[in-house]
Parts: sequence; structure tokens; C-alpha cells
Amino acid sequence: MAHPKRKISKSRRDKRRTHYKAAAPSLATCSNCGEMKLSHRACPNCGYYAGKSMFVPES
Amino acid sequence: MRHRVKGRKLGRTASHRSATLRALATSLLKHKKIKTTVAKAKETRSFVEPLITKAKADTLHARRFVSQFIKDKEVLKELFSEIIPKIGDRPGGYTRVVKLGTRVGDAADMAIIELVDYNVIAEKKEKKTTAGKTRKTTKAADKKPVVEDAEVIEEVVEPKKEKTEAKKEKKSTAAKGSAKTKKTESSKSTKSKKDKE
Repeated sequence: MAHPKRKISKSRRDKRRTHYKAAAPSLATCSNCGEMKLSHRACPNCGYYAGKSMFVPES
Repeated sequence: MRHRVKGRKLGRTASHRSATLRALATSLLKHKKIKTTVAKAKETRSFVEPLITKAKADTLHARRFVSQFIKDKEVLKELFSEIIPKIGDRPGGYTRVVKLGTRVGDAADMAIIELVDYNVIAEKKEKKTTAGKTRKTTKAADKKPVVEDAEVIEEVVEPKKEKTEAKKEKKSTAAKGSAKTKKTESSKSTKSKKDKE
């Protein structure tokens, strides 16, 4: 079986990992309450989606 | 190739799956609005809607056909006597699936599935939500001095505290050199506040 000839150096390993990034969530302002919310989802703050109340928040 | 393969297996055997869908359909017709995962909500949609269409013809045959899947007799009665008249001439599309975001425990995508014509209940609740909102704002105003020492990490977790935090940061933006992302967040929320005012 083929094996690696050299241990991957820290530098090479870390260079490879420079492309591992966390993507920022695409947030939008809620049209009902103005809070930040994920797009295509009901607003967790006011429970509205597309001008309709989907649920009443607990607090 | 998965050409023309319809539906989801939901990680269940055929019998378990059919039992799940029947249960979901029954509770949807019973409560008019249920909260479940997105996958199950979408499967329920394509399970219930043909049943409702079938039930539009109020015949013994239709009733017996639907009763194959809806085992709860009370729910069956309600479907034929109350839900069908309310649905009227709607040509399909009796349900609505709205995504909610992820569940805390396993980060599963959650959704609400509801009967479209029963969103009247939500309209009633609207008044309650507005009342809740005013209460929240007052609470936030009261909390302001208390929360001042809270950690910045909490900003992301709780939207209520975020407001107060944003205010606080507005006052002392130069004092604390917080990370770029946090700054942008706070500026956004202040913007939204300005819009409100």
C-alpha cells in the first residue's frame, strides 16, 4: 500500500485549513418588528411570516 | 439514479412511516396547526391534501376511504362537517408550511404546518402579540441598568438583551474595542431601533 513519505508540516496543514471558514448567516430585518431574523423563516421574536402571525412567542 | 422517486423515507420502515403520517394527519385535522420538522411537515402536506380533496365529495365511499387513514372518529366527523364547508371551493393548497429555524436539542429544521383557512385563530392572537411587545419593551427598559455588566456573548443568544447591549455600546463605542462583527451587529440593531422610533 502507498504511504505518505513525509509528515505534513504544521505550515502546510494550516495553509490547507485557511479555506475552512464559517459562513455568516444571511439575516434580514423582520418586516413586522424590525428584529434581525433568518430569511424564509418565521421571525423568532414576533412569530410573523409574510405578514401573518404564525405563532405567539412565549414571553 | 433517483429519477421520479417521490417522497421521503423519514428514516422509518414502511409501516412505521405510514403510522407516523396518519398520526400527523390526524393531529393536523384535530388541532389545525402543528409544529414538526420540515421534512415531516412536507410529507404530511402531500399526505393530507389528497385526503381533504377526497373528503370534499361527501359520500359514504369518500368517508370510508378517508377513514382508512384517519382512525379517530371524532376527527373524521369534524373533517366532513366543519373543515370541508370552511375550505369551500379552494382548488387544493389547503395547508401552509412555514419554517421556524432549528430545534435546540438536535438542530433539526422545524416548521409549522397549518390549515390555511384556520389562520383566523392567528388573527385573534395578533392582539395578544402586540400586548406582549409593549410589555417586552418596558421590561427591557427596566432591565437596562442590571444587564450592563453582562457578557457580550449573550448578544447573539438573546434578542431582548441585544437591544440593551446595543444601547450600551452606542454610549461607549470608543471605550471598548469589540470585534468587527459585533460592532456591525450593534449598528444594525440601532438602525432598526431608529426605524421604530
